[in-house]
Amino acid sequence: MTDFDFIVIGGGHNGLTAAAWLAKAGRRVLVLEKRATLGGVAATEELVPGFHFNIGAPDARLLSPAVLDGLDLKKHGLEFIESEIAAFAPQADGRGLTLWNGAEKNASEISRFSKDDQAWKEYSRQTSRFAGVLAKMACLRPPTIKNNPLGLMLAWGRLALQVRALGGRDMMQFMRVLPMSGYQYLNEHFETEALKGLLSVPGVTGSTQGPRASGTGFMLFYQQMGAARQVSGGVGQVSAALAKAAQARGAQVRTSIGVKRILSERGRGIGVELDSGEQISAKAVLSNADPRTTFMDLLGAPQLEPRIVRRLRGLKLRGSTATVHLALSGLPDFPAAGGDQARLTGDIVICPSLDYAEKAFDDAKHGRISAYPILIARIPSLLDPRLAPTGQHTMSIIFRYAPYKLAESNWDAERERLGDLAVETMAKYAPNLKSLILNRRVITPLDYEREYGLAEGSEMHGQMGLDQLLLQRPVPGFVGYRSPVDGLYLCGAGAHPGGGVTGLPGLNAAKQALKEIR
Amino acid sequence: MPIPSPLHSRTAPLCITQEWRDWSGYLAAITYQPAHEVEYYAVRNAAGLLDVSPLYKYEVTGPDALRLVNRVMTRDIAKCRVGQVMYSPWCDEDGKVIDDGTIARLGEQHFRLTAADPNLRWFQDVGYGMDADVRDVSTQLAALALQGPNSLPILKILFKEAKLDALKYYYLLQSEFNGTPITITRTGYTGDRGYELWIAPDKAAPLWDRVMEAGKSYGIIPFGLAALDILRVEAGLLLIEVDYTSSQHAKIPAQKSSPYEIGLGWAADLSKDEFIGQRALQAEKKAGSPRSFVGLEVDWKDLDRLYGAVNLPPQVAGRASRIAVPLYANGKHVGQATSMVFSPILKKYVALATVESSYAQMGKEIEFEVTVEYVRVRAKAKVTKSLFYEPPQKKSVARG
Repeated sequence: MTDFDFIVIGGGHNGLTAAAWLAKAGRRVLVLEKRATLGGVAATEELVPGFHFNIGAPDARLLSPAVLDGLDLKKHGLEFIESEIAAFAPQADGRGLTLWNGAEKNASEISRFSKDDQAWKEYSRQTSRFAGVLAKMACLRPPTIKNNPLGLMLAWGRLALQVRALGGRDMMQFMRVLPMSGYQYLNEHFETEALKGLLSVPGVTGSTQGPRASGTGFMLFYQQMGAARQVSGGVGQVSAALAKAAQARGAQVRTSIGVKRILSERGRGIGVELDSGEQISAKAVLSNADPRTTFMDLLGAPQLEPRIVRRLRGLKLRGSTATVHLALSGLPDFPAAGGDQARLTGDIVICPSLDYAEKAFDDAKHGRISAYPILIARIPSLLDPRLAPTGQHTMSIIFRYAPYKLAESNWDAERERLGDLAVETMAKYAPNLKSLILNRRVITPLDYEREYGLAEGSEMHGQMGLDQLLLQRPVPGFVGYRSPVDGLYLCGAGAHPGGGVTGLPGLNAAKQALKEIR
Repeated sequence: MPIPSPLHSRTAPLCITQEWRDWSGYLAAITYQPAHEVEYYAVRNAAGLLDVSPLYKYEVTGPDALRLVNRVMTRDIAKCRVGQVMYSPWCDEDGKVIDDGTIARLGEQHFRLTAADPNLRWFQDVGYGMDADVRDVSTQLAALALQGPNSLPILKILFKEAKLDALKYYYLLQSEFNGTPITITRTGYTGDRGYELWIAPDKAAPLWDRVMEAGKSYGIIPFGLAALDILRVEAGLLLIEVDYTSSQHAKIPAQKSSPYEIGLGWAADLSKDEFIGQRALQAEKKAGSPRSFVGLEVDWKDLDRLYGAVNLPPQVAGRASRIAVPLYANGKHVGQATSMVFSPILKKYVALATVESSYAQMGKEIEFEVTVEYVRVRAKAKVTKSLFYEPPQKKSVARG
């Protein structure tokens, strides 16, 4: 008799989703989280007294309905605050480009810049159709080369029909643009640099690639699977609701307990050893840690066949995101918003052109912090005043690119310089920003690794390039959440469909484990 | 273009035939004298000296050195004491042999491995994540093989202090030559008493000179690969890419072999700690191997009959042949002989062969294909042990 049926290593949102799903099936589940706070990088923490920040993920735009409804998360306290605004991109010339969530006004907004308003209609029609297909694909377990269960083949067959049903023109376009660069795709549609710059940003999320890299087209659609929606109380509430859902079904969730290693015997995962030395056995172990941490550190490369180790060594993590959290005494003034505060309730994006984005990447390619970074900021306290003391605000600025491996320096030396650069850059568009800063916390890729356990600071648990998706995620040979070690599953972003607060890797892994572990 | 070995300055003037072969990128003498049999008999009756510097050599050091080597090798290297040498194959994840070689334990955390093929990447991959260092020392060590019944007295002249008399088969000792460290292992590829001397390349030539000088009155001569090939077939010793194909070079899965299929089942220790290929080998052990490695003795009278039919005496290769020959039984193909030679000392036509396991029992009658005046015919042959010749001095410890 094992201590538990399943042990989930890591209480990130995916680990908790898996745990809740397994508990829902009546299995005995234990979640072990090293940190005191659940959620991993989708956590909300009081970094400055009175100010609650979304550490990494700013919102839960991608959270799958299958998770939300399947686990009754609303019943467990999860609430969304819908924002009309998708993004606001202030420009150097003082204008601002705002995009609303699925609203008609986008075309007229764009017409202030150019004649791209017509192209916008076609673009938004196409991208929402394509994102719809991707959203369905994300819910399916990836097929294998051979021996697919009939049900899975039918599901993929249905998806293929849906792609076909896009119609001749759209289907061809779909197949064409996924491996394409965001750069080319956007240039085919638009002439407005401000618009193209803004739209290119999702395409390079979580990877050290510029918009000219092939496959960034895929990521453009992936990120459009959902619309921006803020989580009431901060994104950490997703994990809080998931933990409640899991606990309500009998799962145990323990925080501040680190796992030292995954125990295996003759190629089979059989439990974990805690930092304290205590050993806990289970029928199977699900790891919410990234693939490198899971297999190289927790399991240990010598437990794996050399051919598997070789592939894992080739896994491209390449985190290049830093986050600058600001506690502000008031709301920054963006003249480009023309005094309309509502425009600041979505993403505030600094990326004035495609070339700007590519140049930002050029620095990262050579191991340098982008001198002219892409910034994606949020002021969640605007819609959710509880996150900051009355009249004051929290602002979190995602800084891209901040390559994990710096060629000429190290992150302990560069941390505050990056903070300054982020503030200087943003202050060009919000001149009073600096005078409002009460406190600042910078989280570098190295901090994401040290404090949050993300190898190389990769929030996606591995770059989401075309070479690391579907059958090849995280690396070839790891089929359907299983690993080369029987009874050891990957349930985090390193598995299909990948990063973002979707809950899908956790959900899919739990379903797979339930099928195989009696 | 092959390059000269560290001993080329000594071997080149002696190699009057100018017959060289490329051995791992080095020039290696095939036969020094026009008749390679002279070199063969020197090893069987007196002593011979061979330049084996082209071997690949690796050193594994560090706290996890044993763990690493033991994960590579199919034999239990934990049983290898300091000062001992072991022979073992190593396999890929599917239990198919990659290569075979010797493992010398120079210290608790220090091993020296020999290999026929480059294996650095494999050893490093198997040891990834372990606290051990794998280095390729192939060019930092020259090697001389002193082989034959007189090898011991010759060596004793050079190393008076070393306890050579007590050195057992597959053990080693460390000594000095002109102030340079030297490792002497009682190993070889000839099936006779023999030693291999491992030394820095710049000291290899003076060592060669001293060995040749000391061996003069013991009948020493240098020997080349032609003689070596006969010696190793008689001793039933495998040659990679001849008697089996490395799993790394096989073009199709059927070309790969497990240790059981190449006569090295004794070296697969399934009960030891996890090693690469263990699970596959456990499964194969349970299910049985489809092929077996055997010795063959071709029936001389039958050969005489076949050649006699065209008024010829039997024609057999004077040098060992590495051209595989099909084997038949009951009219169907059942395997192939991969190395064959007329054994000068046994006066028998012998071969190393791979056959379907049901034909591997001792004494089993098999047919061996021979081409007589361009016509393919079949001679009778009999399955034997692959170890055709083993003189007592191969393993014995000298008295006094």
